[in-house]
Amino acid sequence: MIKRKEGSLQKETQVVLQGNEACVKGALYAGCSFFAGYPITPSTEIIEMMSGEMPKTGGAFIQMEDEIASACAIIGARWGGSKAMTATSGPGYTLMQEAIGFAAVTETPTVIVNVQRGGPSTGQPTLSSQQDIYQARYGSHGDYEIIVLAPSSVQEMYDFTIRAFELAEQFRTPVILLADEVVGHMREKIMVREGCEEIRSQRQKYVVSPQADFFKGANTMVEGQLHDEEGRRIGHVAEKSGQFIHNINRKIQSNLDILSEVSTYCMEDADIAIVAYGSVARPSLNAVKHARGIRDDRMLPKVKMIKDLFKRGVGEMIHTDYSHLKVGLVKIDTVWPFPEKLLKQVTKGVDTVIVPEMNVGKYCREVQRVLKDKNVVSMPKCGGNIHTPMEILDEILKMAGLEKKKVGR
Amino acid sequence: MNKLYETYIKKEALPTLFCSGCGNGIVQVAAMEAMEKLGCKDEVACVSGIGCSSWIPCYYKLDVLHGMHGRALPFAEGLKLARPDKKILVFTGDGDCAAIGGNHLIHAAARNIDLTVIMVNNYIYGMTGGQKSPTTPKGSVTKTSPWGSMDEPIDAVKLVMVLGATYVARWTTAHPAQLAKSMAEGMKHEGFSFIEVLSQCPVQAGKSLWKEKDSYRIMETYKRMTKSCGSLEEAGEGKIPIGVFRHDNQREEYASKLKTVTRKQKG
Repeated sequence: MIKRKEGSLQKETQVVLQGNEACVKGALYAGCSFFAGYPITPSTEIIEMMSGEMPKTGGAFIQMEDEIASACAIIGARWGGSKAMTATSGPGYTLMQEAIGFAAVTETPTVIVNVQRGGPSTGQPTLSSQQDIYQARYGSHGDYEIIVLAPSSVQEMYDFTIRAFELAEQFRTPVILLADEVVGHMREKIMVREGCEEIRSQRQKYVVSPQADFFKGANTMVEGQLHDEEGRRIGHVAEKSGQFIHNINRKIQSNLDILSEVSTYCMEDADIAIVAYGSVARPSLNAVKHARGIRDDRMLPKVKMIKDLFKRGVGEMIHTDYSHLKVGLVKIDTVWPFPEKLLKQVTKGVDTVIVPEMNVGKYCREVQRVLKDKNVVSMPKCGGNIHTPMEILDEILKMAGLEKKKVGR
Repeated sequence: MNKLYETYIKKEALPTLFCSGCGNGIVQVAAMEAMEKLGCKDEVACVSGIGCSSWIPCYYKLDVLHGMHGRALPFAEGLKLARPDKKILVFTGDGDCAAIGGNHLIHAAARNIDLTVIMVNNYIYGMTGGQKSPTTPKGSVTKTSPWGSMDEPIDAVKLVMVLGATYVARWTTAHPAQLAKSMAEGMKHEGFSFIEVLSQCPVQAGKSLWKEKDSYRIMETYKRMTKSCGSLEEAGEGKIPIGVFRHDNQREEYASKLKTVTRKQKG
């Protein structure tokens, strides 16, 4: 499901890593040379590993006094010319919101990792959620657009971190890596590239702030008030300010073609689509495989499935022939800006859409807004456990009109 | 325009948004003189927070980050660690530094990170229209303390002294030459330099604290209120000590400690 750069001659090595560790590896590959953070579960492995790795690559690491300071420090470091990142979770991410708005308005490329846990408040430090999906989009005050990537595997923790740095530089914007406890703490076999990638800042013509790093003789003025191309304040001039807001939002919105990324599985002939993002895309994929009767060549899922069959009552389950069900998966990789056009395209032939997510059913509203002509069903799950493939399969059967009692429990 | 202005001030950014009689101009010139004395203009970047005094660097022909309320120090720390070879001048006010940014002040001072912090203390929230600040004297009537301020004022100089800042000074806008000298010393000093400047706000503080709108007279009051001495204890009862209270070159600076670790680990 991962898009890889074609023609890359770079040597790749296979390693087993935890999601949070893969994120650090990705950041190092992308040339991250500054990390400021504050420990918070379940993102702590990132700051821990960074404290050891940063000095080895000649970069700087600092443990700040809080998350507000961490988010500000990475902005300062980026103007000093260092590619910079911070990592946090729920409560810390909330504290960072003002600085994220500042980075958006000053067009400072920064990468902020949110390994989501359950909320609100202190919530569930050790369990997973996708409850910050709207905070990631609308967290800071005022009107701004932001790029948010949602990894669903350890490999994607690595790949998307690199992509986050690329997009941040290309669009001169903060980019959020919206992970969650499941992908953050899971260990998987992944491919990592050797060395370090040179990411160059590509100047976009419609940006509205000074671009030159500090100490380049450009007298750069970084201004949090709405400003002109020289950084001079225009916050008191309504017309110019309106134009500023328009420009800074258009920068992202008019580039949906470049930004939007979704992966599909078995969507060619699908009647039912599961639209998922982040870790929930994993059980969704398994559910699609079960529904289609696709055999998994790995041992463990097979064993699990057989176990599950016995638990549910083998007889009835086996007699339920649902392997013909035309179900597909749409995994949204760039969750914000919402990939409207792309989602419409890939779900063209579908009549029913199921949106499983680890919250009260938030992102589903966005899907409903875009796919008005389809039956969009929310499948929320709160409490900290990820959906099981069987739960999603049950929902598929329900939508396909196969009575649940047939399956038995 | 004199030569110093030609070199340091963006003409197109003028006029400043300071009220007439504001002390910010004196601080602005003192910092220009300090940079000129050291001949280090190209090596300096400025960071500030939000508030009247945080606008001071925005007129300089320098790289400037006009950040978020209270967060000048974390922005500056990030910038310093990205460019440890450069000098970072931080402009902040009593509210910006000691209230909303108090936590950052504590930690930056304790780290002894090489920043030069100019805290312009006008004893009031000027930009929002005259509410009490953490330095407002007890009993003062302001817009948010109509029955007299109940809070004990915070002495930021004492605070950073305790935490181990390595260059600490306090002057007033009535001491521009000494202030410029201290700023130069602070910028030259490798470590956390903290310079408090008692500055007049003839509009807001003038109305509620000093009952005096004439900035010259407020500056005279500052002269009467203060006593120049070498340590905080010397000033005696009822007087605010001004002067250079610490200039310690012994304690290692944060960025250089980090450099040592990096050199060892990178090999």
